Amino acid sequence: MSDSQIAFGRFPTSGGEVLSSRRFLPALRGLLSTDAAGWAAPALLMLVWQITAQAGLLPANILPAPSDVAAAGWRLALSGELLDNVAASARRAGIGFAIGGSLAFAFGLLNGVSRIGEKLTDTTFQMIRNIPNLAMIPLVILWFGIEDSARIFLVSLGVFFPVYINTFHGIRTVDVQLVEMGRSYGMSQWQLFRRVILPGALPSIFVGLRYALGIMWLTLIVAETIAANSGIGYMAMTAREFMQIDVVVLSILLYALLGKLADSVARLLERATLQWHPAFQATPKGR
Amino acid sequence: MVDDIIVRAVMRESLGTYDERESNEAPEDELPPGGVAVTIRGLTKKFGDHSVLHGIDLHVPAGQFLTIIGKSGCGKSTLLRILAGLDRPTAGEVRFDGRSSRQAPPVTRLMFQEPRLLPWASVFHNVEVGLGARRNTPGGDRRVRASLAAVGLDSRAADWPSVLSGGQKQRVALARALSSSPHFLALDEPLGALDALTRIEMQSLLEQVWRDQGFTAVLVTHDVTEALMLGDRVVLIEDGIVKLEIDVPIPRPRRRGSLQIAALEERILRHLFADGGYLERNVA
Repeated sequence: MSDSQIAFGRFPTSGGEVLSSRRFLPALRGLLSTDAAGWAAPALLMLVWQITAQAGLLPANILPAPSDVAAAGWRLALSGELLDNVAASARRAGIGFAIGGSLAFAFGLLNGVSRIGEKLTDTTFQMIRNIPNLAMIPLVILWFGIEDSARIFLVSLGVFFPVYINTFHGIRTVDVQLVEMGRSYGMSQWQLFRRVILPGALPSIFVGLRYALGIMWLTLIVAETIAANSGIGYMAMTAREFMQIDVVVLSILLYALLGKLADSVARLLERATLQWHPAFQATPKGR
Repeated sequence: MVDDIIVRAVMRESLGTYDERESNEAPEDELPPGGVAVTIRGLTKKFGDHSVLHGIDLHVPAGQFLTIIGKSGCGKSTLLRILAGLDRPTAGEVRFDGRSSRQAPPVTRLMFQEPRLLPWASVFHNVEVGLGARRNTPGGDRRVRASLAAVGLDSRAADWPSVLSGGQKQRVALARALSSSPHFLALDEPLGALDALTRIEMQSLLEQVWRDQGFTAVLVTHDVTEALMLGDRVVLIEDGIVKLEIDVPIPRPRRRGSLQIAALEERILRHLFADGGYLERNVA
């Protein structure tokens, strides 16, 4: 472990190896400049929506105008309800992701480097993977009741497979020529893993991470509409009972925004750690 | 630390066992810098039923630059991989300064046909890989710098490998091989993928660092001129045996296109294409 810590700060003027805090600022700037363009289309869509709603082309009981949705959001924000529900959802998503993601990462690494591990566990994982996550809901309710643990379990389960498969695949597809080079240059097994195998698998691991973040919200939406007493899904279900269509639409938009936020964080990490990759090439330093 | 042990065990299981010679990197000062004599006795390599090398005997005196040529598939790369410790021979042995590679392992470095740089590490950190067990020793950074300076790339230390040209990448690979002051440098057609002009440049660079550092060098190539420009001795391998061994007594620096080089080239090509087809087409 000490090896990795030393390597991070060893040669300050060079490009470093995987992570350095100084990389985050340029990465953030790059992300913002490209994202500004990406936001133009949703903004335009909102504008069209607002105009058609105001012109009376969209009946308010089918789809309320964005301004009405925003007003509902403001009302709920003032009462504190919005923040409570978003916090409850984010908490479940975070805990579920942390549990499922870290287990999946550990098993992905283990099975990636070990044929024995793969033989012992991979078949089981592939079988469980093919059970639709949400088909487990009745069983999960019987196991955990309608507590938060049931929802966290479902999120963990959903997040597990994309992270596991992509970590595993990333490690298995590391360039064997580089591994051979590392061995011939006297790298220990740990150095080989830290300096060759893990960095080589990183692009694939990030694909799994981003995919898992999508599944995380998807699972949570469904899990929260079933027997919850807080969260965005709960907010939407209660609003439906009282025919508050603006709150229903608000909940849906919140999921979209939170999903996008999670994805942006993943992309920021990706940019910061994959600067060596031609697809993420930032201006090299020291020129 | 427990994690490390698990990972080690797990990786050994999946990546195959490790050549003891590589894991026991020579501690500093076990062997003085310079070259080692390499003695090959009865070296045979079989892949299944297919035999690639049939009892090769060769002696390379310390500090000599030996070049091995041969048509593709003649076993020359296999021989080099065994010398560098990447493969084990089926029979026979390789001795360094008269001792087996287990007893007193010299620092052996191998340059591949491809640069094989880590794309996620800066040029500096790629060269640092070459330090092997000396990676975290006090003089490490200085060695890396010196190595980069020797190949003329000290100004590119902070760059990613992906922004370098093919010739520059191979120069980084050379710096990586040199950073640990090897006793023995094995070169597996390292210039094969470079354009003609870069290649000439790299040949003189190789010659220069070899003369400066005095290591023993074995270069595998399919380019007869290259073999003659660099080698003290040229060995021709055909069908897994040594077909021809000639000394190249031409003083250095050698002149490309000199009569002596041309005469030796002719002699080697005559051996390579014993059917005479080559001569009729090219001499006429």
